[in-house]
Amino acid sequence: MEQCTRPCSQCAGALKEERVVFTQEMKKTHTILIPTMLPIHFRFMANILEQKGYKVKILENAGRSVVDEGLKNVHNDTCYPALLVIGQMIDALKSGEYDLDKVALLITQTGGGCRASNYIHLLRKALQKSGFGYIPVISLNIGGLEKNPGFTLSVSDYEKLMYAVILGDLIMLLANQCRPYEVEEGETDRTVNRWIEVMSEFFRGKKVLNWGRMRPYCTQILRDFAAIPKAGKQKIRVGVVGEIYVKYSPLGNNNLEDFLHSEGAEVVVPGLLDFCLYCVYNMIEDHKLYGGPKGKYWAAQAVYRYLVGKKRKLIELIREEGTFDPPEDFEAIRAMAEGYISTGMKMGEGWLLTAEMVELIHKGINNIVCTQPFGCLPNHIAGKGMIHLIKEKNPQANIVAVDYDPGASEVNQQNRIKLMLANAAMAQ
Amino acid sequence: MGLKLGIDIGSTTVKVVIMDGDAILWRRYERHFSQVRQKTAELLEAARQVVGDQPLHAAVSGSAGFGVAKLIGMQFIQEVFATGQAIRYFGIDADAVIELGGEDAKILFLTGGVEERMNGSCAGGTGAFIDQMATLLNVTTDELDELSLQHTRIYPIASRCGVFAKTDIQPLLNQGARKEDLAASIFQAVVNQTITGLAQGRPIEGKVVFLGGPLYFLKGLRERFQETLKLDADHAFFPEWSQYAVAIGTAVYADENAPETTLSQVMERIKSASEESHSGRYLEPLFQNRGEYEEFSRRHSSATVEERDLSSYEGSAYLGIDCGSTTTKLVLIGQEAEILYQYYSSNQGNPVELVRRQLTEVRRLCGDRVAIRGVVTTGYGEELIQNAFHADAGIVETVAHFRAARFFDPQVDFILDIGGQDIKCFKVRSNAIDSIMLNEACSSGCGSFIETFAKSMGYSTEEFAQKGLFAKYPVDLGSRCTVFMNSSVKQAQKDGATVEDISAGLSISVVKNAVYKVIRATSASELGHNVVVQGGTFYNDAVLRAFERELGANVTRPVIAGLMGAYGAALSAREINLSQSSLLSLQELEDFTHTAKPAVCGLCPNRCNLTVNSFAGGGKYISGNRCERPLGSRPKESAPNLYQFKLKRLVDLSAQGKPGPRGKIGLALGMNMYENLPFWHTFFTQLGFEVVVSPPSTVELFAKGRYTIPSDTVCYPAKLMHGHMEYLLEQGVPTIFYPSLTYNFDEKRGDNHYNCPVVAYYPELLHANLQKLSQVRYLYPYLSTDDPKSFVREIYTYLRQYVADLTKREVKQAAEQAYQVYYRWHDDLRLEAEKAIAETRARGGKIIVLAGRPYHVDPEVNHGIDRLISGLGVTVLTEDSIFELAAPQRVRVLNQWTYHARMYSAAQYVATQPDMELVQLVSFGCGIDAITTDEVRDILESAGKLYTELKIDEINNLGAVKIRIRSLLEAMEERRRAREKGEN
Repeated sequence: MEQCTRPCSQCAGALKEERVVFTQEMKKTHTILIPTMLPIHFRFMANILEQKGYKVKILENAGRSVVDEGLKNVHNDTCYPALLVIGQMIDALKSGEYDLDKVALLITQTGGGCRASNYIHLLRKALQKSGFGYIPVISLNIGGLEKNPGFTLSVSDYEKLMYAVILGDLIMLLANQCRPYEVEEGETDRTVNRWIEVMSEFFRGKKVLNWGRMRPYCTQILRDFAAIPKAGKQKIRVGVVGEIYVKYSPLGNNNLEDFLHSEGAEVVVPGLLDFCLYCVYNMIEDHKLYGGPKGKYWAAQAVYRYLVGKKRKLIELIREEGTFDPPEDFEAIRAMAEGYISTGMKMGEGWLLTAEMVELIHKGINNIVCTQPFGCLPNHIAGKGMIHLIKEKNPQANIVAVDYDPGASEVNQQNRIKLMLANAAMAQ
Repeated sequence: MGLKLGIDIGSTTVKVVIMDGDAILWRRYERHFSQVRQKTAELLEAARQVVGDQPLHAAVSGSAGFGVAKLIGMQFIQEVFATGQAIRYFGIDADAVIELGGEDAKILFLTGGVEERMNGSCAGGTGAFIDQMATLLNVTTDELDELSLQHTRIYPIASRCGVFAKTDIQPLLNQGARKEDLAASIFQAVVNQTITGLAQGRPIEGKVVFLGGPLYFLKGLRERFQETLKLDADHAFFPEWSQYAVAIGTAVYADENAPETTLSQVMERIKSASEESHSGRYLEPLFQNRGEYEEFSRRHSSATVEERDLSSYEGSAYLGIDCGSTTTKLVLIGQEAEILYQYYSSNQGNPVELVRRQLTEVRRLCGDRVAIRGVVTTGYGEELIQNAFHADAGIVETVAHFRAARFFDPQVDFILDIGGQDIKCFKVRSNAIDSIMLNEACSSGCGSFIETFAKSMGYSTEEFAQKGLFAKYPVDLGSRCTVFMNSSVKQAQKDGATVEDISAGLSISVVKNAVYKVIRATSASELGHNVVVQGGTFYNDAVLRAFERELGANVTRPVIAGLMGAYGAALSAREINLSQSSLLSLQELEDFTHTAKPAVCGLCPNRCNLTVNSFAGGGKYISGNRCERPLGSRPKESAPNLYQFKLKRLVDLSAQGKPGPRGKIGLALGMNMYENLPFWHTFFTQLGFEVVVSPPSTVELFAKGRYTIPSDTVCYPAKLMHGHMEYLLEQGVPTIFYPSLTYNFDEKRGDNHYNCPVVAYYPELLHANLQKLSQVRYLYPYLSTDDPKSFVREIYTYLRQYVADLTKREVKQAAEQAYQVYYRWHDDLRLEAEKAIAETRARGGKIIVLAGRPYHVDPEVNHGIDRLISGLGVTVLTEDSIFELAAPQRVRVLNQWTYHARMYSAAQYVATQPDMELVQLVSFGCGIDAITTDEVRDILESAGKLYTELKIDEINNLGAVKIRIRSLLEAMEERRRAREKGEN
């Protein structure tokens, strides 16, 4: 998603190499497997693809065999998310559940200076190594990096995907604010599931989407969650930030949210839309710093303003309802990087990661778990590298950095998180 | 106030404290040998005998206590927090607390902003680390402590984690360094690690309390801490209850937070919980039943070699000595390669004496009947032993192993050797070693690890291995480095795994580590059809079985699996076939004495730490050197070396700053400044600045800055930047310039031209972590250098904020100059490489392209590998001097980093040159090289070239590098011979 906007003829050079293309015929016959990251969001995205006539399956296989396949097929010093995503796909292919001649894989592709932009290539290498080289791999990107005749998304499709992200963010936010306080155990999750069903129907049925159609549903969702009986005093709030995959994926972070919840904390996880906004904003920043063609800059500006506006509308709606703590305006988040890190730091989660930590602290959420895969390059800078400065300016900050990888033990991770929680309890 | 009970279950020990008010009624501290719950119940029972079964408040703490507390439904308190409770409870007016436990290190800052921290997951070296090091030196921990107090010098030992430190110590040990000095160095490493890993920029000052078992028991460790932190007796506080701090804090916490209970009730809960079933991840048992094992044993007993009794043998004999990193092996063979004498022992910290005793024995047994007609040494201690005892020759260990393996299976095409410290594997193609893979410092899950672990659980290695064979639920311990395995074992213990399960799990881990991390294979057929396994670790049937299972194929394990290096050396002695060996006589052996003295070489600014070994009769062997100069002999004619050429040019340039009207500006010679110095130096000089450049890195420079490193897993070149900044600050420059460069120069070699995230944004990190930088004008603008026009615009807009009288015109001129100089710098490199190639070809020499990044030219980063190679008479080229000779490479991955694109092109060029090979330098922690190494390997191997990867970090272990380079040269030679044969 993060895209180079510079005048550079080289782009897409190696990307044009021979690869198995997802053809139009395949659209009818093939099932597209998608690795999971955010259960709610991905479910909606799958619905949108189904509406377009694709057969889609979100992979939910987990456990040791996924990690083992990753270890076997990916260089072990590669980041953990690559290892898990590729491991999950190969594990699925080997499971016998799918007709291997009628299956394709989908993976997101970024284009930044982080090694994450190489996931798709590592996946292809791994497939070849395991004898699955004939299986087509679809790149999901917004920059037109790789094209497949059988898999095309229109502007309105992207718009729908954006609404899926917004809706996913909303439900995630409300659920996190209800779950620790629900009187009847499991009611929040039941409400989440009910709305996933309702909204899936909604996405399946709509050819075109706009805020006008979405709004009443959002209002209803807000009311529904507000109606869940809650009790108990304010729990310790813990923010989760970090590299996008281990931050969100329970597979990547050893069920971090569940653990925090079981330790009596209220989990605060910044939404996915912010990451999308971050990617778009970087194109604008790139132009400011280094110049380049105006066209792309204007387009990025337009998309950025549009998305910022959408998020504002959602915030407004949450505020109107009054029960829940809304997320922060993106422009405000961006401003919070100031004095810490330049918004030119655009690899990986870049400046957004730092800004999110500062934003949480401004909101009074001083307790933060900063997650990253072991040896994550951008997080050396934007994550661990900024903690010192954040603490200096905000002495109340209570941040623990946790590394995830196939060998790290859960006990160690949990022990460090528990120290953070103990400090949080004392501060209260 | 009633009674209170605190239970602290750590990774290795259980501590129980019962308090009555402020008084400690009862306390006990014992190792639990993984029997966590049993030991806890035992201690509680002992307490009940003394204290009685009164009502009390109880809570649990400790890294292994979490699981137990959950299981038995008791209050849990995090251990660092518990320590804080104890300190507050006793009302100690300390500013900081340092606590070292079995596997954790913690620091608490109590004044000026309370803060509590633990070591990260990649910094496991503490109590368990000291235990491991003691084992390595073959002393008890107490003896280690005694020794350390007698030290006269400290060696720099990597402080990041246990595995790294081990790699540093091992060669020192083999070179004959004094144990006293090593012991103190080990403690110093722990101190350094605590300071860098935990304090992370926050100074440890004022009154400091030291807690935990190791600090309580080890005087030497305390001394190192006090000296390093400059604490006098009034400021360093070592309480008598040091190792009970957590338990005391837990008891205090229990008093306020936990419900009342009794000792009997707690014990009852522990016992009833012990019955629960296995919940952790476990693997298939190694053997289902005895029958399977017997069949397996039968199969492996067939790979034998004839043995003869030396006392009845007459005739010629040949001796091979393999002085390895942890063990020493000797094999004496007869004319028919039959074994006459064999010996296998751990080094016990002094291989020279060990070998002397054995040689005396061999000489005595041979008498006049047997003529020793050749002695060949191999292994890490090859040169030392050869020099000490006048052996006839030394060979690289890879060659020795290959020789021996071929003896057992002439068709052998793959050899896997798991020794004490390293895993070596090599493929064999057309009778020569083809590709060598060695474990890197971060994956040393080898033999000595199992050994140390067995010991820590109270078993001998053999017993421990035996236990694993019939384990019902082998635990899954992952396949990363030993530190992680330690933590995984901790977790398994928490889940109630038995010693059997852990033993089997460790064996499987060692194998997985070898297969997936070192060999990186996906299937057995990839390895070869005739696999020979060897090395002492394969005596362990559990490891052997796990390996066959992982491959799904049978392999050959010679009965002398642990002696293969020595046997190979003996075979090669037989080949030399002298009329008489020059080995010391019996008399000379009996009179033999050996002393090892440390020294610092003063012949050049590198100041290498040397060890001077003196032998009876005036013989000397110097080790630790990075070049030939301290050896006294006239330096051999070194081959051309572009690393030195580049370094010299950069250092010369650094000295050319001229006083200018705009004052001084500082540039740090690290990271991409190794590439861009000509550019920035010219640019600022032209603008009238006096450019001050920091010198190439040294260990001292690193030490200066290491206190502010926030991420201990970042690459070493990045960590060095902290020291460079400190240097520049010391010089009193008013301005330091270190730009953030997302994009690099565009050399049109890939899909984009990025810098890696660390190179691009380390200036940001320095700003956020080096408070002192706020004393100067620290400029770290976002700029691009790929387009001169926009560069001028960007830098002019930026600099004008600080330099009021700056004109765009002068900026433009300075930039033009800078670009010219930068391009000329590259032209010069290319020309120099052409010259070196021509010169080498004229004399029929060999060329190695040492491919890395520009900053690998830093002598502290490459540790002198370039000079080691050129010292062997081989020409050394850099990747940036030849990459333009090949077309841009199409690779299977996104080729978007400028420095890495050069590497692909360089590999392609090497692939077309018969007299060149490429060695890739990889900095530990370089995430991008996880991608490039596979590609570079593919480019080279598909052209029939060898691929050699050298992972480098803080550690300075040229021994392993030398073995790899020599193996590579050997293979090059073998190929040249084969080629010539083919031509004739």
